[in-house]
Amino acid sequence: MSNPMNNIFIAAYLAIKEVFRNRGRFLMVALVIALITVLVLFIAALGEGLSDANRQYVANLDAQLIVFLEKSDYSITASRLETNTVKAVRRVDGVADAGPIYTSNTEIVSLPEPLKISMLGVEAEKPGMPPLLDGRYFRGGEAREAVMDMSVAQRTNLKIGDTIEIRSTQGTEDEFFTLTIVGLVDKQAYFFQPTIFVPPSTWELMRPQAESDLDSDTPYPNIIAVRLQDPAQAEEMKLRLVEKVSNIEVADIETTINNIPGYTAQQGTVQTQGGFTLLIGILVIGGFFQIQVLQKVPQIGVLKAIGSSNFVVGLSAVIQIIIVTAIGVGIGATLNYLFSLGLPPTIPLAFNGSRSIFAILLLLFIGPLGGLVSIIYAVRIEPLKALRLG
Amino acid sequence: MSDIALEVKDLVKSFSLDGATINAVDQVSFQVKFGEFVALVGPSGSGKTTMLSILAALLSPTSGQVLIDGQDLSQMAEKDRVKLRREKIGFTFQANNLIPYLSARENVEFMLRLNGKLDHGSRIRSDELLARLGLAERLHNLPAQMSGGQQQRVAIARALIHNPALVLADEPTASLDTERAFQVVETFANLIHENGRAGIIVTHDLRMCQFVDRVLQMQDGKLVRVYEGKKEIKQLAMAGVH
Repeated sequence: MSNPMNNIFIAAYLAIKEVFRNRGRFLMVALVIALITVLVLFIAALGEGLSDANRQYVANLDAQLIVFLEKSDYSITASRLETNTVKAVRRVDGVADAGPIYTSNTEIVSLPEPLKISMLGVEAEKPGMPPLLDGRYFRGGEAREAVMDMSVAQRTNLKIGDTIEIRSTQGTEDEFFTLTIVGLVDKQAYFFQPTIFVPPSTWELMRPQAESDLDSDTPYPNIIAVRLQDPAQAEEMKLRLVEKVSNIEVADIETTINNIPGYTAQQGTVQTQGGFTLLIGILVIGGFFQIQVLQKVPQIGVLKAIGSSNFVVGLSAVIQIIIVTAIGVGIGATLNYLFSLGLPPTIPLAFNGSRSIFAILLLLFIGPLGGLVSIIYAVRIEPLKALRLG
Repeated sequence: MSDIALEVKDLVKSFSLDGATINAVDQVSFQVKFGEFVALVGPSGSGKTTMLSILAALLSPTSGQVLIDGQDLSQMAEKDRVKLRREKIGFTFQANNLIPYLSARENVEFMLRLNGKLDHGSRIRSDELLARLGLAERLHNLPAQMSGGQQQRVAIARALIHNPALVLADEPTASLDTERAFQVVETFANLIHENGRAGIIVTHDLRMCQFVDRVLQMQDGKLVRVYEGKKEIKQLAMAGVH
């Protein structure tokens, strides 16, 4: 009998027996794979962490479209809209709601270590204001109240009810403002910094500004977050908004993220590093298994001479590589998890992101890919030559 | 059913070397019956290893026929040759005989696994065969934990366990001392006779011929002489190493 199932069982039997009986040697290979896994996952986590720190707020917006100033090339910092644009956008058919977003950077100085933050001006309960995790929204007007992101709380131990002091350079003077924390939101980092949210008028009052801006107390939004009645109509709504509202350009969330300054270049760099690490992994694993097959030539010759098919020999090699790779990736992922537990929140590493899962799947795949040459070599071994009969 | 286990007809195997054609096996014909143990002897380069490789379905002949249990392997596709090796042939080699990560028992049972015949009954038969070969205490030993002679005996058990039509042994005593060598070949011969298999042993040590029923002597690829009858074979065995 030589049915496919019997062949699969025989291949698995040979692979498992060999790994088990030579567990010391295979463990060494698995540990090398584990180290590669740690490195790949670390880079993936760094990419995810940096990406989160840069785009988290925009990515989590409860909106489908972002309105920019015309010719700003979808750059949030380059865009500065007229105040009446928000009303004009809200009036367009198909727009469920729209909220202005004002961006700037400032510093909390009432802490043992000053903390640089992104200060975003938004209207409570409008698109642009994230959902509350705890507490309440700030009041309108120039209320000295703020909602803070969890990333601020993690770094400072601040809690709802605490007050913070903000330093802002206005003209040539440093101005100090006091805010009370009234609410808490999560996953809202923006431009590599933890974030606080304040009302637009408060934002205008407190934002760093040049001497020439000091005479005006009108806040100009950088962008407007637009929530649509039918998110499926996003493409049509882009055109309609540009047609109905003057001096604007409109992008979806993905385009907005890709145009955050430095985002694409940074992610490209991290992904290239990750790609090269995977490539090195493929070569290292390939080298290991190739050496192993070369050492086993007579043994594979015996297997073939006594009637094992190429399918059995090849599948056995594949199963063996999968087992060793899975053990190595498992060890590496566990080490990485333990590693992540000891890291401070200031380091932008995200070990639980989709990139880490993708990296693990990719690592599981690179074992067989790296071992492909050795598998082909094993299948092509001629028993006559392997046994030196020819 | 024919009592002929192996039939070789006008077998030729040619190789090209520096533009010249060399017949490693040249017009060889012979038969081996079930229950018959035959030695293939001859000096180095006489063609006996090439002959064995062809009989083992590892090498295709240039011309002629090889029928194992009635199946003509010279006409077979590679896939069918693999099947033939698995089902109809048992093989022991000079060295590297066993799968190093399988125990003695697992090495023998592996042939049963390959043929889909591993069950409770065949497991008992496998253990009995190993015990018969003096390896009852070595069932769980890996090849590296056994002597050369013990490894050869495991290989013999593996070659016989699936009841092949033809059992081939390539210099099985090459790495053994004289006493062990005699033991191994004698046991091999007994099992061939008892199980009614056809056996061919390639050896350069003519002393081993005392355990066989017939000796085929090769020289320059040709079958030059056949020794039959106890007296004739005994005289040859007395001659010692070829």
